[in-house]
Amino acid sequence: MTAPLVEVSDLTVTFAGTPPVHAVNGVSFTLGQGEVLGILGESGSGKSVTLKTLLRLLPARRTQIGGSVRVSGQDVLALEGRALADHRGGVVSMIFQDPGLALDPVYTIGHQIAETVMRHEGLGRRDAMARALDMLDLVRIPSAKRRLSNYPHEMSGGMRQRAMIALALACKPKLLLADEPTTALDATVQIQILLLLRDLQREMGMGVIFVTHDIGVAVEVSDKLAVMYAGRFVETGTVADIIRDARHPYSQGLLAANLVGAEPGTLLQAIPGAPPALHAPPVGCAFAPRCALARPACAADPVALWQSREDRWARCLAAAEADTADATADPSP
Amino acid sequence: MLIFTLRRIAYTIPIMLGVSLVCFALVHISPGDPLVSILPPDASVDLQQQLMAIYGFDRSYPEQFIRWLSRALQGDLGNSIATGRPVTSEVMNAVGNTLILAVTATIIGFTFGGLFGFVAGFFRDSWIDKLASTLAVVGVSVPHYWLGMVLVIVFSVELGWFPATGAGPGGSSQWSWDWDHLRHLVLPAVTMSVIPMGIVARTVRALVADILQQEFVTGLRAKGLLDRGVLAHVIKNAAPTALAVMGLQLGYLLGGSILIETVFSWPGTGFLLGQAIFQRDLPLLQGTILVLAMFFVILNLVVDVVQSALDPRLQRG
Repeated sequence: MTAPLVEVSDLTVTFAGTPPVHAVNGVSFTLGQGEVLGILGESGSGKSVTLKTLLRLLPARRTQIGGSVRVSGQDVLALEGRALADHRGGVVSMIFQDPGLALDPVYTIGHQIAETVMRHEGLGRRDAMARALDMLDLVRIPSAKRRLSNYPHEMSGGMRQRAMIALALACKPKLLLADEPTTALDATVQIQILLLLRDLQREMGMGVIFVTHDIGVAVEVSDKLAVMYAGRFVETGTVADIIRDARHPYSQGLLAANLVGAEPGTLLQAIPGAPPALHAPPVGCAFAPRCALARPACAADPVALWQSREDRWARCLAAAEADTADATADPSP
Repeated sequence: MLIFTLRRIAYTIPIMLGVSLVCFALVHISPGDPLVSILPPDASVDLQQQLMAIYGFDRSYPEQFIRWLSRALQGDLGNSIATGRPVTSEVMNAVGNTLILAVTATIIGFTFGGLFGFVAGFFRDSWIDKLASTLAVVGVSVPHYWLGMVLVIVFSVELGWFPATGAGPGGSSQWSWDWDHLRHLVLPAVTMSVIPMGIVARTVRALVADILQQEFVTGLRAKGLLDRGVLAHVIKNAAPTALAVMGLQLGYLLGGSILIETVFSWPGTGFLLGQAIFQRDLPLLQGTILVLAMFFVILNLVVDVVQSALDPRLQRG
C-alpha cells in the first residue's frame, strides 16, 4: 500500500494575542491519492485554519503550529523559503471563497495564470500563456482566448471562480484545497462549479479537501466527511455514514437544520446556543453546553470514542454508551 | 483607453474656463487700487481716468474678462503694471525656474518617500517602520522656511559648501545646466523635497500595509510566488493611488513655495506671486495664477490617464 497523500496528526494551531485563540485543537486525518474529504463545520470551527496550515498561509509571527503535517511524504511544517514556495501552487494549491477578492484586480486573468506556470515550471511567457489558455478551456470558460486578457472585474462571479480553479490547477497539483468555493456564488452557479470540480478531480486524479458549512454541498463533492467543532473533528465517515447514521449530536443537529425535506411552515431545527470562544483549549466535549444529551461525565478528558471502522468514528460519550447498550440488548448485527 | 483619454481631455475644457473665471474674479474682488503703484499721489482725476482706460479697468467686469480671456488664448497675458514688461514672458521665465526647483525636489522627495513608505509598509511594526514613520511625521511637521534657514546656516555659513541664495552666480535668473547653477539648486531643492517626502512616505506606507492585508496577497503566496513576485503585485496595486498623491504634490510645488523661494531668493513663480501681490500688479497676478492653475489641470489630466492605464477598473463610469 502506498503512503497516503496527506497525513495530519494531532495538529494544533494557536494564534497569539490577549487572549490567545486556540483555533485547532488536535486534528488528525489521512487522505489517499484521488480522494475527496469534505470538512463540515460552522464559522470559527477551525476548518479554514486547518486548510491554510496545509499551505502554511497563516501569519508566521503570531501563529503557533503543533503536531505534524505531511503531504506526499514531505514535512510541510519544516518547509522554508524557496522549498515552501515550490510546495505552494506546485504540490498543493487552493481556491478561495471569494474569487473577487482572491484575484489581483490589476492584472489580467491570463497573466495571473501564466505567472504561476512560469514560476513553477520555468516556461517562457508565450508557452505559459498557451497553458493559461488550455486551462481556461479546461474549466469550460466560453471564448477562452478573449478571456485571457480580461481583468477580474470584467467577469461574472461564476466565471471568476472558474478562472480561480484554472489558476489553481495550472501546475497539476496533487492536492487541491477548496475553501468554501461556492459560498459567494448564486445558487444556480454553485451547482455548476461543484460539478466542474468533481469532473476535474476525477479527470486529474488529485486529492481534494473541501471545506464548507453547507451540508448539501459537502455531500455533492465528497467521498469522506469530517464534522468539525471547536477546532476538533467530532465525527468522520463516508458521506453515506454521516447522512444516514450520524452519531454525534452536533452532526445530527446540522442535518436536522437542513432545508431539504423540511415541511413548509414548520420551524427549522436550530442548534441552541453558540460555539465557544476558544481562548483556552476545550476540556472534555466542547459541544456539551449546547447538547441535549449532555451529562457531567462529558466534561472529562478524553471524550469517549465510538468507532466502527478505522475511518468511521464519533467522539461522543452518549454515542459510545448507546452503542454498548445496543450491543448488549441486541447482539445480532 | 483611447476613448477614455479623449473624454478626459474634453472634460478639461469647461474646467479650464471655470478656473480662468475664478482666477479673474478673485483678483478683481480683492481690495486695492491696481494703479496705485504707478500713479503719483497727487495725480489728477484726468490722468487717473486716462490710465484706467489704457489698462481697460474702466470697462465692465464681463467685458474685461472676455477681452483678457481672448487675449490669453492667443498667449498674451497683458503687460505688468509695475514694470511694463509682458506678463507672458515674465511668468514663463519664472515657471521655468520653479519647474527646475520643483521637479528636482519632486524626484528627491518621491524617490525617498516612496522607498521609506514601501519598506515601512512591508515590514510594518518593525524598527525600520518606526524610524521611517517618525521621519515622515518630522518631514510633514517641520516648517520648511525654518528648515531652509537651518540648512543655510549649516551648509552655507558654517561649511560654505553651497551658496545661500539665488538661482545662479551673480544673481542671474537665467537657468543653465552647469555646476555653478546646480550648486545653487541643492539647498532649496532639498528643503522643498521634505514635505512631499513625508506625505508620500505616509501614503505609500498605509497603501502597502492595506494591500498586504488583502486576500489576493494570500492568493499570490498560495500559488507559490516568491517575495519579489509578490512585491511586483503590491507595487502595481499601490501605484495608482500613490501617483494621484504625487501628482497633487507636484502641483503644489509647481505653484512655487512663496516661503522657500523667498528664503533662497529663487526667481520662480512663488517669488513672482509675492511681488505681484505686494505691488497690486493685477495683470501679473492674474497671469501667474492662470498659468499655475492650467499646470494643475494638465497635471491632473496626466495623472488620471496614467492611473487608469495602471488600474483598468478606473476606466468605468
